[in-house]
Amino acid sequence: MNEVKHTYGFWDVVKSLVSGLRLTWRHFKNAKNRRTPEYVTDENYFNQPDGLVTLTYPYEAIPVPDNGRYRLHNEIDDCIVCDLCAKVCPVNCITIESVKATEEIGVTSDGTKKRLYAPVFDIDMAKCCYCGLCTTVCPTDCLTMTPVYDFAEVDIKNMIYHFTDLTPEQAEEKKQLLAKQQEEMAAAKAAALAARKLI
Amino acid sequence: MLAFVLTLVLLLLIVIVLAYAERKVAAFMQDRLGPTEAGPYGSLQSVLDVLKLLQKEDIVPAAADKSLFKLAPILIFAAVFAGFAVIPFTPDLVPAGIGIGVFYLLAIISLDVVGLLMAGWGSNNKYAMLGAMRSVAQIVSYEIPAGLAILSVVMVCQSLDFQEISYQQGVLMQIFPGLEYEANWLFGIEALGLETTNIGGITTWNIFRAPILLVAFVIYFIASLAESNRAPFDIPEAESELVAGFHVEYSGFRFAILFLAEYSMMVLVSLVAVILFLGSWNTPLPNIGPLQLANWTTGTIGELSSILWGGFWLLSKTFVLLFLQLQIRWTYPRLRVDQLMHLCWKVLTPIALGIVLLAGIWRLLMI
Ligand code: SF4
Ligand code: SF4
Repeated sequence: MNEVKHTYGFWDVVKSLVSGLRLTWRHFKNAKNRRTPEYVTDENYFNQPDGLVTLTYPYEAIPVPDNGRYRLHNEIDDCIVCDLCAKVCPVNCITIESVKATEEIGVTSDGTKKRLYAPVFDIDMAKCCYCGLCTTVCPTDCLTMTPVYDFAEVDIKNMIYHFTDLTPEQAEEKKQLLAKQQEEMAAAKAAALAARKLI
Repeated sequence: MLAFVLTLVLLLLIVIVLAYAERKVAAFMQDRLGPTEAGPYGSLQSVLDVLKLLQKEDIVPAAADKSLFKLAPILIFAAVFAGFAVIPFTPDLVPAGIGIGVFYLLAIISLDVVGLLMAGWGSNNKYAMLGAMRSVAQIVSYEIPAGLAILSVVMVCQSLDFQEISYQQGVLMQIFPGLEYEANWLFGIEALGLETTNIGGITTWNIFRAPILLVAFVIYFIASLAESNRAPFDIPEAESELVAGFHVEYSGFRFAILFLAEYSMMVLVSLVAVILFLGSWNTPLPNIGPLQLANWTTGTIGELSSILWGGFWLLSKTFVLLFLQLQIRWTYPRLRVDQLMHLCWKVLTPIALGIVLLAGIWRLLMI
């Protein structure tokens, strides 16, 4: 490495002062050029020779990469409520309550049978660390990360996202159906038991 | 009274433009966009800033020395604003055309220091006090090289009247009462035998009439940066160490006044530099043979044309200097206190003393 040579002569100082002014002047002159919002794969993404580097954010934004890890989204129709995502989450920000269905609800888009309702499927985005583990374990790929990163809220309660498609009444109804079915099953079982005793 | 109102309005306009320019220039030099939201390209930003400041609560700290605290902004602004009274804006428009304008200006500007000290002391805040002490030390010191640089102009021009100094630097010289038989020579040296009285333009500016004044101009410019507390001499404010210096406790209207005074000071020192060194309201274009550029861009005295041309040249030259001040602010790092005093007392003051001597000798060559 070359040793930095300090020069203190009058003309050296003047020269360095002038070169300083030239530097700022060059930036001032190039201020007519602007950075353009380019995608990360664009050749010019890291190549910004001169001009203003900031964007007027809400109006312009650099597109986020496809594999970026931003806000979660759950396609509840495809969710089989297996609870894997809640278990793997390192910060426990997914809350799932499940209710067994009395009959088969349907199939997800990849053909898996759905047997559980999810009266509660909440993800607390304020706690989430966007590690993406939940999306990798999800067997039906219904939990995904979207390119949305600007979702600040005034009230922190709004950071809890509710993904369930059941209203509380429907959830209640499903619970009752299940309870009734279980009662019926218990009754049938008891009846069968009683019948066996009789023999 | 009319002059007062006109000057105040003009000053407010310039300051608002300057505050906007400061932000935009800073942004552009740092590869940012600067204000973009308020008005086209954010041009209403500084107007809105002023409106915001006016709405704010006027807080007087409980432990402050109330009377000093309240009086200081008014005194500071009054001192700076009073300086504008003697500035000739056009060939026949001076708010107060007194014969000892230069002397008056130097004297009245010094009052500023008292106001700063009052603000710093009255705030009863250590940062404000430190800022005020630094500010006063700096302004008092730098008044000496600045004063000496101005003195050399006064020696060359043999006048303390800003308007007379202005007339001397252009084609209109012989119109001024008392200067009828004066003549300008190239570089002020009659022996060269090139008369520039009717050539005018840049050749009759003070930095050309007596090239030694070019050095004086540089000294004055550096000292004026220090006097208006601009970077690289902004240790009185030094955002990063003293929060905001002497005006840290001020808010609302009083802060707006301090802010206004600071920018007015920038404008004032630039105006004085233009008037004393850069040909005042005179055009930079010389008459070359049949191309009477100087006459065309000067207008006729007493008519609107001379007012418009005069104002135009004066303001455009001032804005060039103001731009330079802004650029310097965003280019150079802040000086340390000892470096600041070293520069003032050991570099600028001796050179300025030498310039005064040389200016006197130059004056002898001019007659
Ligand atoms: S991204 Fe990570 S932290 Fe966020 S919900 Fe999924 S597993 Fe939990
Ligand atoms: S891992 Fe996927 S399918 Fe299982 S509960 Fe979570 S989101 Fe639903």
